[in-house]
Amino acid sequence: MKPMNENELAQAIKSAGKPLRIVGGGTRQALGNDVDGGVKLSTAGLTGITLLEPAALTLVVRAGTPLRDVTAALDAENLQLPFEPMDHRELLKSWGDTTIGGVAACNISGPRRIQAGACRDSMIGVRFVDGAGNIVKNGGRVMKNVTGYDLVKLMGGSMGTLGVISELSFKVQPKPERQATITIHGLSDAEGVRVLSRALGSPNDVTGAAFLDGTGFVRIEGLSKSVAFRTDALKTIFKDHEVSVMDNDLDAWRGIANADAIAGDDGSIWRVSVKPTDGPKLVQGLRDAGIAVNAQYDWGGGLVYLSLPDDLNLRDHMDGISGYASVLRGNGGGAMRITSQNKLTAQIEKQMRARFDPRGILNTGIMG
Amino acid sequence: MQMPIPNADVLSKKAHIIRRLLDVLPPEAVISEPNETRAYECDALTAYRCPPMLAVLPDSTPQVSDILRICFEEGVPVVPRGSGTSLAGGAMPTADSVVLGVAKMNDVLETDYENRIIRVQSGRTNLSVSGAVEEEDFFYAPDPSSQLACAIAGNIGMNSGGAHCLKYGVTTNNLLGVTMVMMDGEVAEIGGAHLDAPGLDLLGVICGSEGQLGVVTEATLRILHKPVAARPVLMAFDENEVAGACVADIIKAGVLPVAIEFMDRLCIEATENFAHAGYPDAEALLIVEVEGSEIEIEEQLEKIIAIAKRHDPVELRESKSDEESAKIWLGRKSAFGAVGQIGDYMCLDGTIPVSELPYVLRRIGELSDEYGLQVGNVFHAGDGNMHPLILFDANKPGDLELCEKMGAEVLRLCVEVGGCLTGEHGVGIEKRDLMFDQYNPDDIEAQLFVKDVFDPKWLLNAAKVFPLSATETRRNAS
Repeated sequence: MKPMNENELAQAIKSAGKPLRIVGGGTRQALGNDVDGGVKLSTAGLTGITLLEPAALTLVVRAGTPLRDVTAALDAENLQLPFEPMDHRELLKSWGDTTIGGVAACNISGPRRIQAGACRDSMIGVRFVDGAGNIVKNGGRVMKNVTGYDLVKLMGGSMGTLGVISELSFKVQPKPERQATITIHGLSDAEGVRVLSRALGSPNDVTGAAFLDGTGFVRIEGLSKSVAFRTDALKTIFKDHEVSVMDNDLDAWRGIANADAIAGDDGSIWRVSVKPTDGPKLVQGLRDAGIAVNAQYDWGGGLVYLSLPDDLNLRDHMDGISGYASVLRGNGGGAMRITSQNKLTAQIEKQMRARFDPRGILNTGIMG
Repeated sequence: MQMPIPNADVLSKKAHIIRRLLDVLPPEAVISEPNETRAYECDALTAYRCPPMLAVLPDSTPQVSDILRICFEEGVPVVPRGSGTSLAGGAMPTADSVVLGVAKMNDVLETDYENRIIRVQSGRTNLSVSGAVEEEDFFYAPDPSSQLACAIAGNIGMNSGGAHCLKYGVTTNNLLGVTMVMMDGEVAEIGGAHLDAPGLDLLGVICGSEGQLGVVTEATLRILHKPVAARPVLMAFDENEVAGACVADIIKAGVLPVAIEFMDRLCIEATENFAHAGYPDAEALLIVEVEGSEIEIEEQLEKIIAIAKRHDPVELRESKSDEESAKIWLGRKSAFGAVGQIGDYMCLDGTIPVSELPYVLRRIGELSDEYGLQVGNVFHAGDGNMHPLILFDANKPGDLELCEKMGAEVLRLCVEVGGCLTGEHGVGIEKRDLMFDQYNPDDIEAQLFVKDVFDPKWLLNAAKVFPLSATETRRNAS
């Protein structure tokens, strides 16, 4: 089924006799747990930018609009999505045209999440069709809005289980005039995260903080003189280390966003969200246990991508680590790919889904 | 203001409920004498008052859990309360309710500079969170005007903003985790020191739910290093519209000030008479503040001043010292008090798309003439969050009602141009009956689903946020 507008989408859901599998561009179908069958419901027909207002930094766009169209329209106005969504295609070995609705439904962010917030933080309005076929709107097109409950956040990352998103509003931001990356070399994982913490804990407004292959990457963005000033400030902070500077290196950050460092590895790929200082602890624990592991750290150490042997359940190795692991690729030792935070939240989520989707037909089982 | 009829059954077992609460709380934590419960009859929206049946002041999460479990079992409505600074009546009780105040719970539980978080009990005031990390030059970013008094619990309940949220975001963008007691007494741990939690974004919907989903007792908050310095520039214009256009141009230019504040003639004159900040004689003024090191401040101000000059300002005043900066902010910070000197006022909180500023300001002026009520405008222009202050005389019969009617028209205007009823104060009881102007029944129903899940008996702050007609069946079913 491929509805061409919101009313057709509502009709399709209302009259659905069987469970539905919701698809945007199809580049992230591997995320989440297995969906119990389902008739394919595509949002690819719901396209177009409804409003782009540079003076208000606001974008309203239909959910099926390809991300590259959104990016092109923003480029033309020298604007960007603050949260820098990653591209999963390399990592998940998928193809197709990512949609903005898929980005929102999976709450996909990138390196700038550490400073500008996640996808959900930039979402300011949503229209969706719930499991009973009702059209619902929440939020709007203004940045500050506390009128009623914030279902916008709830829909971000809900993976289609509460409703099918038809339209989204985003807060966007001007592109920085200049970008610089300070790289700090020759570090262990723990030293690397310590270096990132120092940079993030300084007044230099860091917009990217990653660590891989013994090197820390610290990004700053903004007006030219300001970037030059902060580059020097960071070089001073790290004067005891081997430091170099890259100018406007967009490719390096695209690579970090997409976890290129581990995308080519065999075995299972895990994504772990932890307290930053726990990142290296987790990895060291695995190494000490003689487990082959390759790691890339982003968000100052708080986001760790790991490649691990198949048949190993990382969650069995997370005692004393505060955070959560999900499986992106491979069998992950047979673990659920994503789970809820704890028993009580799982129960709340189940009841929430039952309320929004009483027939249980929207991406059934994808979130557990 | 219509409130639900108090539950006679609940009122009749007051003594029994007190006995049960005293089983789990020390005597001083249970307030039941009418002369004492009156302290809780209203919040900062003082036009509406109703003393609660009881007030309780727990000092720990287990105590909150015991209180809620007892109220759940006995079917007693509960009204959570932070510091009682809500401008929307968010903490106003009903006569059959137990007010649950978290003010005693104000400890710092953990500060962690390496991971840039602080964990506090929710009764702690906003400003004292920053105070707790000041020695390391860190701060907590959301800065509501009431930050000296307001509690983190209330900030989370209302998803509070502030003057500097243009750069740093509002509460929801700075909140990482909560410990929240559910109405049946169960304790939920949601989020934590890590950035992403798996599953549905429950934290996202809890923030801003106006105490209707649970009682937050602890919060993990993001802290940041303070900027090296900040400096404001004051610009005055002879037309509101021109000031509005200048705001739009600054935003478009790619400079991101931390604050853009707007004041119109009425507010300028009121603050001049009150605080003597030395403001120019003008129709509108903007205070634009930027942050950073000296070089960064200069670079940003250079761009901002160039933009301002294109709009022919009647005055442009760049601060040259801390003293001058303080003076520029003095008027803005005393604006509400200054307008209060002229008379009683009602403070609105609608948000509009920034591009609609000139039109909305003109329409508010027309409405002011129609109703014969003066209006002052002072607000966060950078994000379109307006605060029209409608003046009235509380002693003149019918004036409050007239003012409320005009306020409702202004808020409808905000919705009409693509904005919303409230940007940072919350709905509470004040804007409850306007919800259908912004949302249709299906939109509201989806929000009620969430409450059904968290509070199936509809006992928590249930007379707020939604029109009573929309929630009647649910409230009466319990």
